[in-house]
Amino acid sequence: MSMKTVFERTSGLTETQTHYCPGCTHGIIHRMVGEVLEEMDILEDTVGVASVGCSVLSYEYFNCDMTQAAHGRAPAVATGIKRVLPDRFVFTYQGDGDLASIGIAEAVHAAARGENITVIFVNNAIYGMTGGQMAPTTLIGQKTATTPFGRNAAVQGLPIRVSEMLSTLDGTAYIERVSTHDVPNIIRTKKAIRKAFETQKQGHGFSMVEVLSSCPTNWGLDPSESLDWIKDNMVPAYPLGVYKDSQKEAGQ
Amino acid sequence: MAKVLMKGNEVIAEAAVHAGCKYFFGYPITPQSELVAYMARRLPEVGGVFLQAESEVAAINMVYGAAGTGVRVMTSSSSPGFSLKQEGISYLVGAELPALIVNVVRGGPGLGNIQPAQSDYFQVTKGGGHGDYYTPVLAPSTLQEIIDLTEAAFEIADTYRTPVILLGDGMLGQMMEPVEFKDLTEREPGQKEWATTGTRGDGKPRTITSLDLNADALEKRNEHLQKKFAMIRQNEVRYETYETEDADYIVTAYGTAARIAMNAIQKARKAGLKIGMIRPITLWPFPEQPFIETRDRVKGYLSVEMSAGQMVEDVRLAVDGRAPVSFFGRTGGVVPAQEEIYEQIVNISGGVEV
Ligand SMILES: Cc1ncc(C[n+]2csc(CCOP(=O)(O)OP(=O)(O)O)c2C)c(N)n1
Ligand code: SF4
Ligand SMILES: [Mg+2]
Repeated sequence: MSMKTVFERTSGLTETQTHYCPGCTHGIIHRMVGEVLEEMDILEDTVGVASVGCSVLSYEYFNCDMTQAAHGRAPAVATGIKRVLPDRFVFTYQGDGDLASIGIAEAVHAAARGENITVIFVNNAIYGMTGGQMAPTTLIGQKTATTPFGRNAAVQGLPIRVSEMLSTLDGTAYIERVSTHDVPNIIRTKKAIRKAFETQKQGHGFSMVEVLSSCPTNWGLDPSESLDWIKDNMVPAYPLGVYKDSQKEAGQ
Repeated sequence: MAKVLMKGNEVIAEAAVHAGCKYFFGYPITPQSELVAYMARRLPEVGGVFLQAESEVAAINMVYGAAGTGVRVMTSSSSPGFSLKQEGISYLVGAELPALIVNVVRGGPGLGNIQPAQSDYFQVTKGGGHGDYYTPVLAPSTLQEIIDLTEAAFEIADTYRTPVILLGDGMLGQMMEPVEFKDLTEREPGQKEWATTGTRGDGKPRTITSLDLNADALEKRNEHLQKKFAMIRQNEVRYETYETEDADYIVTAYGTAARIAMNAIQKARKAGLKIGMIRPITLWPFPEQPFIETRDRVKGYLSVEMSAGQMVEDVRLAVDGRAPVSFFGRTGGVVPAQEEIYEQIVNISGGVEV
């Protein structure tokens, strides 16, 4: 009987077991990034920047040189690395609290400068690590530890659509929003990540992939309900698609 | 090389270039803006990178990123901006990354003003950010000394894998003096095996982090840092003394305050008063030795500062109650006049015979 390998580890990730909750899609996004780094054969030329959030220990999982940044500052840290080593691949892996709240200035300015880095932006509409508080991306009506009656626009303001916002900046080269709620979307996620790293390879400037992701633990849902919640609630608020492709716009 | 007339802030910048620093990330703030502007012109000439960051927070984190690649890198600011860098400095210490941070101190608290001050002494010598740490602090009092100490700062940073602070004030930053640079020797940054530059065939991936979720492991890390601080205390103390051998009273001051105090001391000597001086050059580690050596024979000490009395606390610790310690300072950007320091000296020493 012949056997076909249907699943293999990627060399883009270490063998360290991740600490993510059951059903959390952080792990899937890690795998997509790891596979892209492996397939592009750039693991040895890459320096990744972990942020502060549930993915803080991602420096133990990505199989390349890694630096751990202060909360929100990953794009500034990545800028420092890339300016010294312009021929290396530099990426950040950030949550929505990290990027869209405390680190919004660093994200906006790295994008505006057209830093030739790739940002993997994991939007789960919540602060996972600290126990489920409101993020800038928390949906209207969504209950969190700090919006116990649901997010109220009059009190807590409205969600930030980061991809749309950053795509208005001339420094950005590639921006796409994708999701992890089913297999076709996961495949699209990987394609988008590949495109972002290719953008960096060609030196076109700032690339970001916003990935809609689950947080079963803090949403109070089981893993499969969580995927439905992304599809039914997050996708309508955060439409998927390519928001910026400067090369395409340039008529390539 | 011949002597050149330069502004203090520019001397710091050029001295850093001479020390092999090619990377600068900063944000404008008076009274150190000339340093930023100088680097913007100068670094491209040596194949380096100058980048104006969106804030001091971003600047210190860019420094963190660059330092992690193993190059010599710096940032500079003045008091309010320095406060913003504190979280980043704590991370640099925790992740053991070398870097130079310049603080050209101005009057505070709050927005304060842009006049010279020494009121950030507590902040720079007692940690400043969160966690158990110290950073070496070098305090030049002349522009020529800036050159030596900037070079020393990078050496200490690399030797101990630590951020180092060069502390000036608005006066030192703005004044002009002739200085002499040694010939520029092209320095290749030494290979740092811990640097994250992409593995490129040299083994397993490296990580730079200050995180350790395990309390016992983090305690070990802290013990390692404490050992390092003990070594710095042992090896890196710097100070200068002036006529302390026969002194009845010793004035102690650093930086700009020391320059002015020195003139007052010389005047007092002419008037027949036996006054000496201890000038700390490293503020951390604080030079305790010259106080220990003199405290049983002098009648007292006078700490002169451009603050409400900060270094005087370290002087008291070093003197350990064995002699009276008094203080004279001006605050808010007021620079003490030589005359008023002289009067203080005369007062504590019981007057001059006329
Ligand atoms: C300066 C600072 N402020 C606050 C925190 C606490 N903190 C840690 S993670 C986090 C939120 C992370 O949320 P997000 O970026 O959305 O990541 P997730 O855990 O959801 O993946 C906060 C507020 C911190 N570590 N540092
Ligand atoms: S708390 Fe949420 S985001 Fe964090 S690991 Fe668990 S499920 Fe994932
Ligand atoms: Mg989140």
